[in-house]
Amino acid sequence: MVIDKGKRPQRPRLAVAGARAATESIFTPSSPGDRVANVLFRALLLLGMGFALLGLAAIIIWSFIEGLPRLDTQLVTEGPSTLFPENAGYRTAILGTLWVIGGVVLFIVPVGVGAAVYLEEYADKSRWWNRVIEVNIQNLAAVPSIVFGILGLAFIVRGPLSLGFVAAAGSLTLSLLVLPTVILAAREAIKAVPNSTRLGSLGLGATQWQTIWHHVLPGALPGILTGVILSVSRAIGESAPLLLVGAVTFVTFDPTFFDGQYSVLPVQIYNYAGRPQDEFRVLAAAGTILMLAVLLSMNSFAIWLRNHYEKKNAR
Amino acid sequence: MADSNMATPPAGADQRRPLAGAGSSHLGERGIKLFLALCAAFSILVTTGIVVALVVPTVSFFGQITLSEFLFGAVWQPAFANPSFGVLPIVVGTLIVVVTALAVSVPIGLASAIYLSEYASPRVRKVIKPALEVLEGIPTVAIGLFAFFFMRPIAESLFPFFPWDTPFSIGVAGVAVGLLIVPLVASVAEDAMRSVPGGLREGAYALGASRMRVTLRVVFPAAISGIIAGVVLGTSRAIGETMVVLIAAGAGNPNLTFNWFGSAQTMTAYIGGTATGDIPQHGRLRHDLRRRHPAVLDDAGHEHHRDPSGPPLP
Repeated sequence: MVIDKGKRPQRPRLAVAGARAATESIFTPSSPGDRVANVLFRALLLLGMGFALLGLAAIIIWSFIEGLPRLDTQLVTEGPSTLFPENAGYRTAILGTLWVIGGVVLFIVPVGVGAAVYLEEYADKSRWWNRVIEVNIQNLAAVPSIVFGILGLAFIVRGPLSLGFVAAAGSLTLSLLVLPTVILAAREAIKAVPNSTRLGSLGLGATQWQTIWHHVLPGALPGILTGVILSVSRAIGESAPLLLVGAVTFVTFDPTFFDGQYSVLPVQIYNYAGRPQDEFRVLAAAGTILMLAVLLSMNSFAIWLRNHYEKKNAR
Repeated sequence: MADSNMATPPAGADQRRPLAGAGSSHLGERGIKLFLALCAAFSILVTTGIVVALVVPTVSFFGQITLSEFLFGAVWQPAFANPSFGVLPIVVGTLIVVVTALAVSVPIGLASAIYLSEYASPRVRKVIKPALEVLEGIPTVAIGLFAFFFMRPIAESLFPFFPWDTPFSIGVAGVAVGLLIVPLVASVAEDAMRSVPGGLREGAYALGASRMRVTLRVVFPAAISGIIAGVVLGTSRAIGETMVVLIAAGAGNPNLTFNWFGSAQTMTAYIGGTATGDIPQHGRLRHDLRRRHPAVLDDAGHEHHRDPSGPPLP
């Protein structure tokens, strides 16, 4: 006690001195050298960002310049052909993509939103199984896409489901791949609905599901939609897992969902790109333009929707 | 869903209904809850499926190949008549891609993030931030084509003195993967720096610090956990990237190589290449092998995601 008394007044003084020393060492008055460093630093940052934007824009510009000669209607209406590359197109691949993506949307919207509603509205967070589900979904979101291809090959194409190499198998595989993203986005959207909405509805005597269906989900709709659109655009551009579940064949007939061989746009582009003739390179670039146009406009819409909605919520 | 709406009267229809309505054990409500719980539990099924699909063939693979042969062998040609299963070449290939991609994307991505968060005017940010996010959606096939048909020839004409023996280059593939993950790194890091409280910046400015000082000594250290999370997310994306490497690095070279300018294989590209038939496969053993590698990948992915500071993916 006696020793303490002597020490106590010293402590704040030491702390202040230490903090001052630290601050001074960090923020010494600026010298001319500092000003030069500041300008250089700013230039460096601009250079970095310029590189980023230029590099990414170059991809788009390159595919436009390269693919422009083949940007015609045959690109969409004609099927693939090895003999006449100048007339070949993406007809079967586009149909395949439509089947696959249609299946993805039908699957991920109910299951993804359902899982998100359960985790946000019903799940008792103190139960271990609910926490396991949460962590599990976050982990699944980080699994490399090609691993889902292996899963699809083992369980959907062969094994328990045995669908074979058809569009339905590709669709289910891609659904599993993007499901975690949809769930995470839908959860965020549901979380952002103010709690007073729920309490008001419950207070008026609505059941929990009525509250969710009539009040929570409509409020969360823009956020959920953003997540779904971003996931679908990822599914359209994704090719690696589909290589494993059969989208590699050279398809000359229009595919259907459960029957017949199928291919999708990115895999068909990859297929064309691997051929030696120059015409196929142009064709691949033209297909890329097609994909870029679809994907970038979908993403733009989704991000516009999110920013618009966030602003409204913040108000 | 329609069931429950019919089973329960609309809110307020029955004035004398007991107040316990909210938590009522209606059959319809319980059915819905069960359905939603099944949706959530579905993810467990998927994880179990992945583990089974990877572990079962791996066990049978190591019944035929010894662990040391797998880990320390320097030739990876599982599909040849005299197969060799040294995993080193494709591990090294993956490492080259990841290191190159990070060397490109970390400086560029962080510079963009710092500029957007600390220097850019609100008007500029309002345009460039969404643009970067939209560009994140460029399909990997497009980047692969760009790398193979544009970057690789340009690189050769700029630096003709390097040994560009094949049309493929693992280094160019790495740079392309780097370009691919720039938007991801930039947007996660920018979010992290934006969420640093303004008071810290104002305090530092009040003490007379320049903008660079504030950025590097105050904002950057405060946001470091989020920035690292962005880099880690980018790394795991680079490890898992298949298409760019498959197109630009040519998944055919079975030998251990550190040649930045030649073709090489990565783990994911090998899996993808096997499926496309570029790499011949026959017999059960090859099949097992194709499944072995993702186990490595998968572990890596999980490891990365355990970073507690990781923000949810945009």
